[in-house]
Amino acid sequence: MTALPPFQTVLNEHSAAVMAILRGAVGRDGAEDCFQETFLAALRAYPKLEDDRNLRGWLLTIAHRKAIDYHRANGRKPVPVADPAELAAPNGMPEPDDGLWAAVGALPPKQRAAVALRYGSDLPHNEIAAALGCSPEAARRSLHEGLKRLRKELA
Amino acid sequence: MKTLETTIDEFTARAAEEGLLDVAYTTVDSPFGPLLLAQTRRGLVRVGLPNQDAEELLVDLSERVSPRVLEAPAELDQARRELDLYFEGKLDHFDLPLDWRLSGGFRQRVLRAIDRIPYGQTRSYTEMARKAGNERAVRAAGSACGSNPIPLVVPCHRVLRTGGALGGYGGGLPMKRALLELEGVLDESPGS
Repeated sequence: MTALPPFQTVLNEHSAAVMAILRGAVGRDGAEDCFQETFLAALRAYPKLEDDRNLRGWLLTIAHRKAIDYHRANGRKPVPVADPAELAAPNGMPEPDDGLWAAVGALPPKQRAAVALRYGSDLPHNEIAAALGCSPEAARRSLHEGLKRLRKELA
Repeated sequence: MKTLETTIDEFTARAAEEGLLDVAYTTVDSPFGPLLLAQTRRGLVRVGLPNQDAEELLVDLSERVSPRVLEAPAELDQARRELDLYFEGKLDHFDLPLDWRLSGGFRQRVLRAIDRIPYGQTRSYTEMARKAGNERAVRAAGSACGSNPIPLVVPCHRVLRTGGALGGYGGGLPMKRALLELEGVLDESPGS
């Protein structure tokens, strides 16, 4: 068994992705809190982690749960989403406009997370599934439902 | 709008508050180059010299102490201050709690004996072997010095060969010579 890398390495490599997803999922203000809660929970559990092959998926799973907690605590109301400039895709995708992200922010949590993970962080379906803690089929379905709803809202 | 760096700093502070910081580390400047300082809740556990690979040392700490390793400069303020003063020649005794867990048995006994050598004085490897309880284990005493996880603070640079030859040093002989000059043991023309 190989040893776990120092937690600082994990933090350096994945903090930007976790923050991007949280901004998409709960908006800018909530993202700060959720970020702290995500990494504190991760740090607490870290020494007992048995499989470190998908640290990113593991962190995104925790982030997703923290985002759901946040929405529950805030009465599931739609939240303002991040400034699209901050969500600018690292791979040079065109920046979505305000209306689109507002509509994403108004989606039910699972759909919103699936859309944010797919288009905010450019994750493939299996990683979205890992992050959401569901099967790839369920992840695909959430994404599909989310997109369908967005098309209707924005038509 | 907070930057990600600020948010990470806040996270590290909270991790420390909640007792989750098993190994805190930072990098500090010295006249010889950057030093890695790492400490646990017990005390200073590792000093990495400029010629040692900091990444490797952190991986080693992750394996041997705990993977909860975070960069937390504020936690090491006292160690940094004392080392700064030492390099300026204004401090002749470190007052830092130490964590000895990275060395065991005979090696740890040798290092604890070295820790008691006063500033500006030297001892031989043979004396250190005797203090650690086995006068004949001179070679083992030498290798204990070589593996010292807390150099500078545990002053293995004060241990010389019988007769005064410098012996070895993990940070390189020029550094050992410079430290002994700083402490006034060697003058400008170093002994062989």
